[in-house]
Amino acid sequence: MTPHSETELADMITAAKGPLRITGGGTRPIGRVTGDALSTSALSGITLYEPGALTLVAQAGTRVAEIEKALAQENQRLAFEPMDHRALLGTKGTPTIGGVIATNTSGPRRIAVGAARDFMLGTRFIDGSGTIIKNGGRVMKNVTGYDLVKLLTGSYGTLGVLTEVSLKVLPAVSATLTLTLKDLDDATAIKAMSAALSSPYEVTGVAHDPRQSCTYFRLEGFPASIAYRAGELAKKLAPFGAASETKTDWTAIRDVTSFAGKSGDVWRISVKPSDAAALTAKLGADAVQYDWGGGLIWALCPAGHDLRRAMGNTAGHATLVRGTGCGPTFHPEPAPIGAITSGLRAKFDPRNILNTGIMS
Amino acid sequence: MDMPTPNAAVISRKTQLVARLSEILPKDAVISDVMETRAYECDGLTAYRCPPLCAVLPANTAQVAAVLKLCHEMGVPVVPRGSGTSLAGGALPTADCVILGVAKMNGVIETNYNDRYIRVQTGRTNLSVTGAVEANGFFYAPDPSSQLACAIAGNIAMNSGGAHCLKYGVTTNNLMGVTMVMMDGTVVEIGGAHLDAGGLDLLGVICGSEGQLGVVTEATLRILHKPEGARPVLMGYDNSEVAGQVVTDIIKAGVLPVAIEFMDRPCIEATEKFAQAGYPMCEALLIVEVEGSDAEIDAQLALIMDIARKHNPVELREARDADEAARIWLGRKSAFGAMGQINDYMCLDGTIPVSSLPFVLKRIGEMSKEFGLDVGNVFHAGDGNMHPLILFDANKPGDLELCEHFGAEILKLCVEVGGCLTGEHGVGIEKRDLMHVQFAPQDLEAQMAVKDVFDPKWLLNPAKVFPLDTSAPRRAA
Repeated sequence: MTPHSETELADMITAAKGPLRITGGGTRPIGRVTGDALSTSALSGITLYEPGALTLVAQAGTRVAEIEKALAQENQRLAFEPMDHRALLGTKGTPTIGGVIATNTSGPRRIAVGAARDFMLGTRFIDGSGTIIKNGGRVMKNVTGYDLVKLLTGSYGTLGVLTEVSLKVLPAVSATLTLTLKDLDDATAIKAMSAALSSPYEVTGVAHDPRQSCTYFRLEGFPASIAYRAGELAKKLAPFGAASETKTDWTAIRDVTSFAGKSGDVWRISVKPSDAAALTAKLGADAVQYDWGGGLIWALCPAGHDLRRAMGNTAGHATLVRGTGCGPTFHPEPAPIGAITSGLRAKFDPRNILNTGIMS
Repeated sequence: MDMPTPNAAVISRKTQLVARLSEILPKDAVISDVMETRAYECDGLTAYRCPPLCAVLPANTAQVAAVLKLCHEMGVPVVPRGSGTSLAGGALPTADCVILGVAKMNGVIETNYNDRYIRVQTGRTNLSVTGAVEANGFFYAPDPSSQLACAIAGNIAMNSGGAHCLKYGVTTNNLMGVTMVMMDGTVVEIGGAHLDAGGLDLLGVICGSEGQLGVVTEATLRILHKPEGARPVLMGYDNSEVAGQVVTDIIKAGVLPVAIEFMDRPCIEATEKFAQAGYPMCEALLIVEVEGSDAEIDAQLALIMDIARKHNPVELREARDADEAARIWLGRKSAFGAMGQINDYMCLDGTIPVSSLPFVLKRIGEMSKEFGLDVGNVFHAGDGNMHPLILFDANKPGDLELCEHFGAEILKLCVEVGGCLTGEHGVGIEKRDLMHVQFAPQDLEAQMAVKDVFDPKWLLNPAKVFPLDTSAPRRAA
């Protein structure tokens, strides 16, 4: 089913006799979901763009590429740098903004500016009963009523099907510069990344690739400004080695392309950066890549590996992004949180038909 | 503004309630004397007052849990209270409620500079969070005007903003985790020192839920290293439309100032009389602040001043040192006090799309004449968050009602042009009955469904946020 309007979509949900599998561009399949496919890809188009107000409103099925193109024409961008999952997951299709928001997909700049959810100003969605609901708006500061916008962002279509999203956008930068440190072990690399993030130099990407033995620090802004900050940052990083300027493909870091085509399960783990190196040492992964200063670990593990057992009591959460893994796709929740979550699902999707089971 | 009729059955059980609270809390943590409870009869929205049945001041999460469990069992409504600075009546008691104040819980639990977070008890004031980390060069970004007094608990409840949120975001963008006690006494941990919830973003919906979903007792907050420096520039224009265009041009030029503040003529006149900041007498005054090293600030300000000059300012003043910077901010920071010197005032905080600024200011000016009440506008111009200050005389019969009517008309206008009723103060009781203007019944129903899950008996701060007629069936159940 591919509805062409919000009302048509609402009618389809109302009329649904069984589970629905909600998709946007179909580039980020996750979990085990069955049901009739319901795609938002035909709900497409930018409905409002005010560069002077840093605001863009688009229908959920609008292609990310179309949005990025419109923004680029005004020298603006989606600051949270949404990852493109196609290479990693081996999917085809075209990413949509609805998919980005439904999965709260961000990139390396998340550590500096926030996640997709932090840029969400408003949304319209259809709940599991077919009711059209709006929340938030198109202004940057808005505390009118409960923030269902955040609740829906990253809910993987389980509370409602997004039909329209309203986003805060930011100016694009005129220049980018990457400093790289070589040959640091994971624990030292994380200390170096923490040092960079604990500086006033506004580092907008901090990643570590153990296989390349490279630790990357990205600076963005006006050329004179990043040249100055690069000099200061290099001084701050001096205890870890001599940082040199390198050409670095941040899109490859963002999209974890180094795991593309490699066999095994792919896990995405969010932890406190200072826990990351010790955790990685006990994961038994074939390869890892660190982003967000160590707070995000991408792990390529043998198929069927029980990564959560390896995590033990380390605070954080692990999501099985690709493969069959062992256990549920999303990190199991403590009982009281699980009760709240099921309670919310029962309210928003009383017939339990929206992406049933995807988040367990 | 109406409040629900207090539950007589609950009031009749006061003695029993106080006795049982005294069993689970230290003696000095239960306040039931009729004179003493008056200390809690209102918050920053002083036009409305009502002493609570009693007030409790627990010292830790376990005591909060015990209080809520008891009130849940006895069916007693609970109104959580941070520092009581809400301008929206978020902490206004009802006669049948227990005020749960978190003021005693003000400690720092953990500070971690490597991972850049601080964990505090939520009774801690906003400014003292920064106070705990500034010796190490760090700060906590959200900076509501009341930051000297307001508590993190209230900041989380209202999702508070501040002058610098154009760059740093509001509370929800800086909140990493909470310990929260549900109305039935269950303690839940949500989020923490790691980023982004794994399951549903419960943290996102708790922040800004005005104390209706649970009582947040501890919070993990993101801390940032301070910028090397910051410097403001002041510009004056003869026309608010031009000033609005300057804001748009600055943003479109790719500079992201940390703050863009706007004041209109009535506000400038009042603050000049009060604070003598040396502001130009003009229709619109902008304060734009940027951050970075000296050279970076110079470069950004040069770009901003160029844009400013193109629009023929009547005044353009760059701060050359800290003293001049302080003078530029002096008037803005005195604005509320200055208006308060003239008369009582009501401060609104609707947000509008920046492009609608000239139209909205014009309409507010016209309405000011229609209602016969003066109004001055202070405005976070970068993000569209307005602060019209309507002057009235609380001692003049009917003036408060007239002022409220005028305020409601301004907020309706904000919604009409694509904005919202409240940008950072919260709904509370103040905007509660206007929620219909912004939301359709099904939109409010979806929000209330969330409260049903967290607080099925609707005992937590029940008479706030949702129009009374809309929430009546749930509150009565």
